[in-house]
Formats: sequence, C-alpha cells, structure tokens
Amino acid sequence: MSHYEAPIREPLINGDKSYHDISVDVAAPVEGRANKLWWIAFSIALIAFLSGIGAIIYTIGMGIGVWGLNNRINWAWDITNFVWWVGIGHAGTLISAVLLLFRQKWRMGINRSAEAMTIFAVFQAGLFPIIHMGRVWNAYYVLPLPNALGNLWVNFNSPLLWDVFAISTYLSVSLVFWYTGLLPDFAMLRDRAVKPFQKKIYSLLSFGWSGRLKDWQRFEEVSLVLAGLATPLVLSVHTIVSMDFATSVIPGWHSTIFPPYFVAGAIFSGFAMVQTLLIIMRKVSNLEAYITRVHIENMNKVILLTGGIVSVAYITEFFVGWYSGSSYEDYTYLSVGAATGPYWWAFWALITCNFIIPQSLWFKKLRTNYMWSFFISIVINIGMWFERFDIIVIDLSRGHLPSSWTMFSPTYVDVAIFIGTIGFFFVLFLLYARTFPVIAQAELKSILKSSGEKYKKLRGDNHE
Amino acid sequence: MSSTTIQAIFDDDDVLLSAVKDLKAANYHIEEVFTPFPVHGLEKAAGLENTRIAIMSFIYGVIGLSFSVWMMNYMMIQDWPQNIGGKPSFSFAENMPAFVPIMFELTVFFAAHLMVITFYMRSKLWPFKEAENPDVRTTDDHFMVEVSTSNDVKALEDLLNKVGAKEIKTKA
Repeated sequence: MSHYEAPIREPLINGDKSYHDISVDVAAPVEGRANKLWWIAFSIALIAFLSGIGAIIYTIGMGIGVWGLNNRINWAWDITNFVWWVGIGHAGTLISAVLLLFRQKWRMGINRSAEAMTIFAVFQAGLFPIIHMGRVWNAYYVLPLPNALGNLWVNFNSPLLWDVFAISTYLSVSLVFWYTGLLPDFAMLRDRAVKPFQKKIYSLLSFGWSGRLKDWQRFEEVSLVLAGLATPLVLSVHTIVSMDFATSVIPGWHSTIFPPYFVAGAIFSGFAMVQTLLIIMRKVSNLEAYITRVHIENMNKVILLTGGIVSVAYITEFFVGWYSGSSYEDYTYLSVGAATGPYWWAFWALITCNFIIPQSLWFKKLRTNYMWSFFISIVINIGMWFERFDIIVIDLSRGHLPSSWTMFSPTYVDVAIFIGTIGFFFVLFLLYARTFPVIAQAELKSILKSSGEKYKKLRGDNHE
Repeated sequence: MSSTTIQAIFDDDDVLLSAVKDLKAANYHIEEVFTPFPVHGLEKAAGLENTRIAIMSFIYGVIGLSFSVWMMNYMMIQDWPQNIGGKPSFSFAENMPAFVPIMFELTVFFAAHLMVITFYMRSKLWPFKEAENPDVRTTDDHFMVEVSTSNDVKALEDLLNKVGAKEIKTKA
C-alpha cells in the first residue's frame, strides 16, 4: 500500500515516532500522576464551580428577580451565556465531522479534545435556559408529553421549542460520536493497564472492544455516516438559536442574515476556545509532537475565514441599518446610535476583539506564533461574548418606545453563575485530560506512515 | 476432519496486508484479523463483504421523519388545534414550514442513535463485555491474523514465516 504524500505538506506527527510511541505518549497523562499545576488549576475551577452552584441554588430559591433583569431587558447575561457556550461547542463537531468529510488529516490530532470541549460547553449552555425558566421543576413542560393540563401540547411553531429539540439532539449525537471514537483508545489503555483498578475501569469503558476486522469496517462506516449527519446538524443548531432572535420583531433582532452569520460566529468562537485549550494542553501533557505548529496555523486560518464572514455580517448590518433611513434602526447594536450611545464600550469591544485584532492573522509570522495565537484566542472569546451581549442587551435597551429605554446592570448572582459555568467547564475538561485518551491514537496511527516526520524523511532520502 | 487455527503476529501493517493477500491467494481461510487501527484495504484483501449499516441508518432516518410528521400532525392539527400568534393550525400543509426544523432534528436523532445502537449490538460492544483480542499487543502496535487449515499445518506455518509473521502459535 502506498503511503505517499506530497513532501511539500508539512508532517503532522513530529519526531521519530513509531506506533508504540504513540500509545505511550497518549497513555502518559493517564498513567502518570497529576502535578502541582493541575491541582492548582483544578482547585480554582472547583471553587468557581461551587460558587456557581451556590448562585444557582439561590436563584431557584428566590426566583429570577435576584438577577439584574428589568421590565425592558428581560433577557441578558443568561441568554448571552447560553448562546456563547453553544457557539463554543460548534468547533468540536466542525473539526470531527466537517473535516472528516473533507478528509483533512490534521483533524486527528485535535478532534478528541475539541469534541470533549463541545460536550462540556453544551452542558453549560443547557443550564441557562433551564434556570431562566424560574420554576425549574416544571422544565419537563418543554417535552411533548401528555400532561396534567389536559393534553395541552407544546407549540411546534416556536423557535424556542425547536431549540429544545436541536440542542438535545446535538448533545446526544455528539456524545455518541465522541464515545464511539473513544472505544479503541480505551481498549488501548485497558490492554496497557497494570493496576487492576485501572484495568477494570478501562475494560468497562471500552465496551470489550477487540479490534476485529469487521468491527473496524463498521466503525469507519459509522464514523462517516455520523459525520454526514452531524454536519447539517451543527449548522441547524446555531441556525435555530439565531431564529430565537430573528423571528421576533425587536429592532436589531429581526434580521434575515442571522442564521449564516450566527453559524460563522459560532465556529469562530469555538475555534478560539479550542486554541485556548490546546495551546496549553500540548505543553502540559507533552503532546507537542502531535499538536504541532501546522495544527495551530490551520485553526488560525479557519478563525480568519469565519472571522471574515462575521465581519462582513457586521458591516452589512451596519450599512443596511443606516441606509434604510428608518429610525427603527437608529439604535440597533450595529449602528451609530450604539457606537456613540451609553453602550459605546460594548460596541467597541465587539469591533476591536472580533474585527480588528484577528486581522493580524493574515501575517504568517503571527499565525504560527503560539503566544500570539493564545492571546488572539482569548481576545476572540471575550469579543464573541460581547457580540451576544450587544445583540441582546443593546437591542433590548432601545425599544420602540423611548420612554421605556433603560440600562442593564448585572447583580453578583448573574456574575457568579457565569463564572460558575466557566469553573464547571474547566473541572470537566481537567478531569478529562487526566483520565481519557486525549488524542484519537487509533486514527492517528493510520496516518503515521503518510504524515509522520520520520516516514516523510525516509521517503525523502530514497528520492521516491 | 478437525481444523487447526494458527495465530500469526505481525508488526507492520504493510507486511500484514501483503501477507493477507498471499494467504488468500493460497486459498487459506482467514478466520479473524485483530488490528490496533483501521488498515485500509485490508477488509477487501480478506474478502469481507461491505457493511450494510449505512443502509440501516437511512431506514432509521425515514422512521424518524415519519414519526415527527405523525407526532406534530397529531399534537397540533388533530388533538388540540390552536391559533398561536395569528398562525392558525387548520391543516398540516399550511403549518408544515414551521415543522421542518423538528422534522430534521428527529430524522438525525433516529438515524444516528439507532445506527450506533445497531453497531454496538452487531459488534457485541456494551458495558461489562469482556474483550476478546487474544493478545494485548493488538491494541498497541501488533497485528494478529487467525488462519485455519484442515490439512497441512506445516505448510501454512512455512507460508506465514515466508510472508513475514513475527510469531506463530496454534490457537488453544
């Protein structure tokens, strides 16, 4: 079988790695002991998580009056956080599904962690609509169940209900996609384990995976079909999230470009979060050979593309709002009214973080620089949070009736819940990094001979 | 006539692939191959038929679509029609555009989950299932072929050695 790959393509696995080396390197973080840094990070995340739980319990006990919401601004940080977290989730599916369909081999170094990030982010997202219901014990009313209200069914015309179906389908399908991919890697850990307890745990988790030929054939087919299903699914999820806004008649929300613009924004923010996590992880877990400069640069290119789409959407919104000459659009989140009004700082945070700073990625020197990539990823995470904040809060603060114009200020409960979800996310991710095979090693082994540095060198020496 | 199964270990996927081709050419029956990662072309070389799991997924998707159409028609058109926001539910056709997102979601939901459940059942994967790979190295960097023969075991072993097997033993 030919493993030829154009020599001009940079290797995806650096160093003199053999199949066995890949197993050893992927198993190392699981088999080793956590260092001090991990414990410090975990403790901080856990404290944040616990404070969030406290704030959620307080909210449920007292009602959502403890948030900063007011008569006019009835959605604020909660829905901002919801959209932010769902958006972050999109990168994992994009990497594992869309890049699989496009046969992009570089996905294999990062897909496992990106998908883990997706699942953990969607957990956080799901919390917000549920606690925003106020009476969370009635949350099951969103399901189409025959209930005590006399067969009063849910409203299938409502985008909010579409969201229930979209998010739950997305979460559950991502979860099985991720888990199915994990089986061979859990099996590898199981067969390496020396401690009986570890052996037991990984036997349980690996579902008895044996690596038979027929299993692999089905495995590959299932992965391909799941990728084909997950690709339109991921696009549908953020499309539907955007329809929560676009189908209403609030100035600034009632916009037909929301679906594609939201999807691009979601991928933009999701890739930024993947960068944030992986630039740290490749160092801490000694995975520099597998998550290389090529991976970082490729992700930066996706960020540049989706950031460009988002920027074009901003310009379009701004221009069309101005060009319409309608006072209805004078104060929408992308307008002169917003840029110079009391929320000028939120407007300019959005423009600076999402539009101006990411343009630096046009320069190869900057987009292959780890420190700069990390900095940019943080900036984009902040910028995309502001985008949702602007859409929700600025638009709601300036409605049709100037007499009801108002400002929003969050209470400490709003802040604590947001920080709590960040803590929860990192608690999950840090636990994952210590117990799961963080790289899809089985898949990676299948490209070692075509894209590994060692084999590329061998072929180069033979003048093949 | 009793048959003997020989387990041969290989340490390279290219050697394995050509060995499987040679074994097939010599008309041996390949019982099973255990590999740590999917070796492309191996299922063809070993004479495996294509999997039909994608067809099943399509059928599950059709079931999901039909279910969502039935469910929304029953709940919103037949059982309790309501006029919500000036969008009355007189007939399915009029209301259908608003139902498209959930039709899509349930199609994907059924197609994905039932396909994965089918895969787990057919490949016998579930919690507490014992692993059946005879050698633990086959999830790391070794490959095992199980070949059965009913007559000349020696000839088979010679062939395996010739095609590059690292270890050969008889299956207990």
